[in-house]
Amino acid sequence: MYSEKVMEHFNNPRNVGEIENPSGVGTVGNAKCGDIMRMYLDIDGQGVIKDVKFKTFGCGAAIATSSMATELVKGKTVNEALKVTNKAVMEALDGLPPVKVHCSLLAEEAIHAALWDYAQKNNIVIEGLEKPVEDIAEITEEEVY
Amino acid sequence: MDKIIYLDNAATTKINEEVLNEMLPFFKEIYSNPSAVYSFAGKAKAAVDKAREQAAGLIGAKPGEIYFTAGGSESDNWALKETIQAYSSKGKHIITSKIEHHAVLNTCKYLEGHGCEVTYLDVDKDGKISLEDLKAAIRPDTVLISVMAANNEIGTIEPIAGIGKIAHENGVLFHTDAVQAYGHIPINVDEMNIDLLSASGHKFNGPKGTGILYIRKGVKTSSFIHGGAQERNRRAGTLNVPGIAGFGKAAQIAKDTMEERNIKVTHIRNCLVNRVLEEIPYTRLNGHRTDRLPNNVNFCFRFVEGESMIILLDQLGICASSGSACTSGSLDPSHVLLAIGLPHEIAHGSLRLTLSEETSMEDISFVARELKKIIEKLRNMSPLYEDFIKNHK
Repeated sequence: MYSEKVMEHFNNPRNVGEIENPSGVGTVGNAKCGDIMRMYLDIDGQGVIKDVKFKTFGCGAAIATSSMATELVKGKTVNEALKVTNKAVMEALDGLPPVKVHCSLLAEEAIHAALWDYAQKNNIVIEGLEKPVEDIAEITEEEVY
Repeated sequence: MDKIIYLDNAATTKINEEVLNEMLPFFKEIYSNPSAVYSFAGKAKAAVDKAREQAAGLIGAKPGEIYFTAGGSESDNWALKETIQAYSSKGKHIITSKIEHHAVLNTCKYLEGHGCEVTYLDVDKDGKISLEDLKAAIRPDTVLISVMAANNEIGTIEPIAGIGKIAHENGVLFHTDAVQAYGHIPINVDEMNIDLLSASGHKFNGPKGTGILYIRKGVKTSSFIHGGAQERNRRAGTLNVPGIAGFGKAAQIAKDTMEERNIKVTHIRNCLVNRVLEEIPYTRLNGHRTDRLPNNVNFCFRFVEGESMIILLDQLGICASSGSACTSGSLDPSHVLLAIGLPHEIAHGSLRLTLSEETSMEDISFVARELKKIIEKLRNMSPLYEDFIKNHK
C-alpha cells in the first residue's frame, strides 16, 4: 500500500532524535488519533536551518512523512522552510494512500509549530506563519499496566 | 519472501490437508446437486448428511438443527434479523455486548433503524460481560440475547453457560456468535442453553465461504435467503457440497484433536506471553489471563503505534494484526479495546498474535526477540516515550 520511497524512509528514517537547546521545537497531533509529531530546529543567526530532528508516534506514513519533511527543510532558510507544504512532502515520497494524506499535513504543521516556537523565542514575526494548533492530548497517567 | 510465521489465525486459518482431500471429489467426480432425484445426486447428499452430523457433533446438537450458510456473517445476520422478525409479537428488544464482532454490531445498528431497540452491555477490564447487568437489562419485550462465545480480538471467553441459564429462566432466546470458539473450545448447546449459534469454517482449518447457523428445534427463526426449498425450506440456494463436506471434516478433526491441541497451543502461547511481559517494559496483556482462547495473545505496547509494528514484523515474515486506527481504516482504535477501558493512545499500540498448532517454540522465540527490537526502535522514535522518560527521571 505504500510507495518504495515511503517504505525506505520508514525503514531508515532520517534525522530521528532530539536537539538540546533547540532554536525551536513544535509538537503537533493527538495521541487520541494515533499520530504525534515533534520537530526540533537548530537555526543560525542568518535564519538558516542548520539541523533538524524529529520524533514521531504514529503509523508508517507518519514516520516517513516526518523523515521526509526534515530532509526538505534542512539547510533551508526559515522562509523557504515555510513553503514546504504537505503536497511537497507527499510528492517527494511518490505519493501516499488517500487515508494517509493527513500524515503529510501533520508534517507540515510540525514544521510550522517549530518555526512558531523559534519566532516566539526570538521575538520576531515570520510573515505567513500562523500560530499552530497544539492539540496534543494529555497522556492519561492512570496506571493501566 | 522466505519463511512466513503466520500469527493471524483469528483472521483465517490454513486449510487442513485432510479437509481439502475430503472436498476435492465434490468438484469434479461427484459434482451433482444433492437436491436431485437420480442416484448420482445420492453421493453428494450423503456427504452433506455426514457433514451435518459432524458439525452437530462438535457442539452436542442434533443434525437437523444445523443449517449450512456461506459464513459467520451470514449466520449472524440471519440469527438476529429473522429471530426478531419471527418474534415481533413479543417485542423488538435485543441485548448484546459492546465487544461483538461487526457482523453482530452492525446488524444491530441496522435493526435499530428498523424499529428495534438494542441494549449494548458493558464489559469489565478483561472483556467479560456481567451476568447481573444482563439480568437487569431483560425486559418483557426482550426477544433475543446475542453475546459472543469468545472475542476475536482479545480472546476473552464469555460466561455463555451463565448467559444461557439466565436467558432460559427468563424465556428469552440466546444466540451466540461462536465464530472464534467453535472448534477451539468445548461448547454444548444443551448444557449451555444456546438457542442459536453461528460458526465459520475457515476459522478452524476448514474452507472459506462456509458456515453454519445452529437453530434449536422449536425456535421459529424464519428464512433469511429466500428461494428454493434447500435446508428444510429455511436457507435457499444450491448446497455448496465441497464446502459443506470440508466444514464437516474440519469439525470432526477439531473435535478429535481439541484437547491435545489446546494443551500444546496454550503452553506455547503462555511462553510467548510470559517472555514478552518480562522482556518488554510498559506492556499490557489485553483480555482475561486464563479465560481466553488458547491461541490468542493481545498486547498493548505503550508509546508505539500498531501499524508501524505490523509493517516491521511483516518485513521479517511475521503476520500479525493490530487494533490501531491506522489498521482499522478509521480514526478510532478498536471498539473492543476502548470497551475494556483503554485510553485511545494505548489502544493504538495494540498487537494481536493468534497462534496455530503449527506454531513452534522456535517461532515464538524469534517473534519475542524481534518484537523487543522493534518496540525499542519505535520507542526511540516516539515523543510520548521521550516525555515519559523525562517525567520519570
